[in-house]
Amino acid sequence: MTVPIQTRERRSHPVSSFLHSRARLRLALLLSAPLFWLGLVYIAALAALLITAFWTVDTFTGQVKIEWNLDNIVTVLTGSLYQTVTMRTLGVAILVTVVDIIIALPIAFFMAKVASVRWQRILVIAVLMPLWASYLVKAYAWRSVLSHDGIFAWLVSPFGGSTPGYGLPATIMTLAYLWLPYVIMPIYGGLERVPNSLLEASGDLGAGSWRTFRSVVLPMLWPAIIAGSIFSFSLTLGDYITVNIVGGANQMLGNLVYTNVGAANNLPLAAAISLIPIAIIFVYLATVRRTGALNNL
Amino acid sequence: MRLSKAARISLGAITALILALMYIPLGVVFINSFSTSASLTWPPPGFTLEWWGRAFQSAGASEAILTSVQIALAATTIALLLGTLISLALQRYTFFGRDAVNLLVILPIALPGIITGIALNNAFRTILGIQLSIVTVIVAHATFCIVVVFNNVIARLRRVGTSLEEASADLGASTWTTFRLVTFPQIRSALLAGGLLAFALSFDEIIVTTFTAGAGVTTLPIWILENLFRPSQAPVVNVVAVVLVLVSIIPIYFAQRLAGADATHGSRG
Repeated sequence: MTVPIQTRERRSHPVSSFLHSRARLRLALLLSAPLFWLGLVYIAALAALLITAFWTVDTFTGQVKIEWNLDNIVTVLTGSLYQTVTMRTLGVAILVTVVDIIIALPIAFFMAKVASVRWQRILVIAVLMPLWASYLVKAYAWRSVLSHDGIFAWLVSPFGGSTPGYGLPATIMTLAYLWLPYVIMPIYGGLERVPNSLLEASGDLGAGSWRTFRSVVLPMLWPAIIAGSIFSFSLTLGDYITVNIVGGANQMLGNLVYTNVGAANNLPLAAAISLIPIAIIFVYLATVRRTGALNNL
Repeated sequence: MRLSKAARISLGAITALILALMYIPLGVVFINSFSTSASLTWPPPGFTLEWWGRAFQSAGASEAILTSVQIALAATTIALLLGTLISLALQRYTFFGRDAVNLLVILPIALPGIITGIALNNAFRTILGIQLSIVTVIVAHATFCIVVVFNNVIARLRRVGTSLEEASADLGASTWTTFRLVTFPQIRSALLAGGLLAFALSFDEIIVTTFTAGAGVTTLPIWILENLFRPSQAPVVNVVAVVLVLVSIIPIYFAQRLAGADATHGSRG
């Protein structure tokens, strides 16, 4: 942080010179509106929801009753349904993230280090454009691609293959597809920041392509990869719509929360279930914080 | 890295393959928008322009698009304002609690949408006693859009440094003049990129919207969800999706051009 150079007092800008010598005041002016918004709208709402997890629902009226207890938390921690669904959701989120990173690395590398400036621009547009097609339409397109008379079955049936049908593999494919641009863009940005001179130096010192990638590119790229993974991981963790469209009868954590808010009308239990993804995300963020990934989102 | 010709070609081939896979589902949507089969069987039994005609006459679709544009514009404006303020604060000052503020900005996008949705729904209805409306959707969308503006602007601020602003202040410019003539032109294309992404995020958001929209507020994703599973309406939804993808080329193209122009004309300071 550079120290602002003290300038002499200028009568023409009383406000500016007043602010100039008061860094704390300038900071407070900058921060007050955003902190007011995020603190009041978001953190207060989140805290209120978490508190609700310790309340209960009146079985007769269906209203939330302020009656402090740990029943919901105990239910969520010990119920086998919640454990199974948590493991399934976590597994899907990890697989989606791994698939996305594996697909994103070569295309981001080609965009950042091989393609000409003109092609780079075309490829960025090509990667970003699918984001503008509605999430729902794309999920539904996968439903039609994977159906028994869909394009997947049509393409692989001559080779004796068949569609995986609707289920967890279809859910993983569809979610990986939906979040791919969100993973490609940070990794592409990270690769753009790796100077070409370092790659050339590594080559001059005798390292092959693979060695250069492993020892020079990858260590610099980790924060960007993790930044991308935060998107695919957390977006998957809360999803309930895609799994409804292509997941067959499978439920994820989002479905359990959704059912308890809607049909079951049990907000306290829904709040207790939401503690699971919140805890997972906080552990994840705390683990990756040291890599500097949060500055690369 | 001096990649061998074989390595470059295989990387190019992988890229082409991935892009092809990315566009197959979109291609299916495009072709199905002309299909005579309302249940979207493959290959299409025949082709018709009926759905395109019906889509352009659909009052529901155009009203939903208008609602979504209004919400996205309002949410993006708020996000641009708050995101710029917070990135200036975090980039130009060191203070106690800086990491906490950083986390606070990221949280609305890092936590699953359904949690943000039910938390805000609960806060609006039961704590504040506010009726859900279009305003509550805008407030909710702005909250998770702040982070994308913040990320773009803070990355730019980090790159351009403070020397030009200090020079401006030394030459006697007021705080506002310095922002208007020095800082703003430097972050302009970052604001555009962040604003575009915020607009896209808000425009396509379904989960948070489900929980914060009042009765009668039908955004485009809500309209799509209502119509997607009706057999006679699914092809009309496909037409709307195709039109949106085609229209989106224009803003993405201009954002790219502006970003490219800034990079070559030395906004790096």
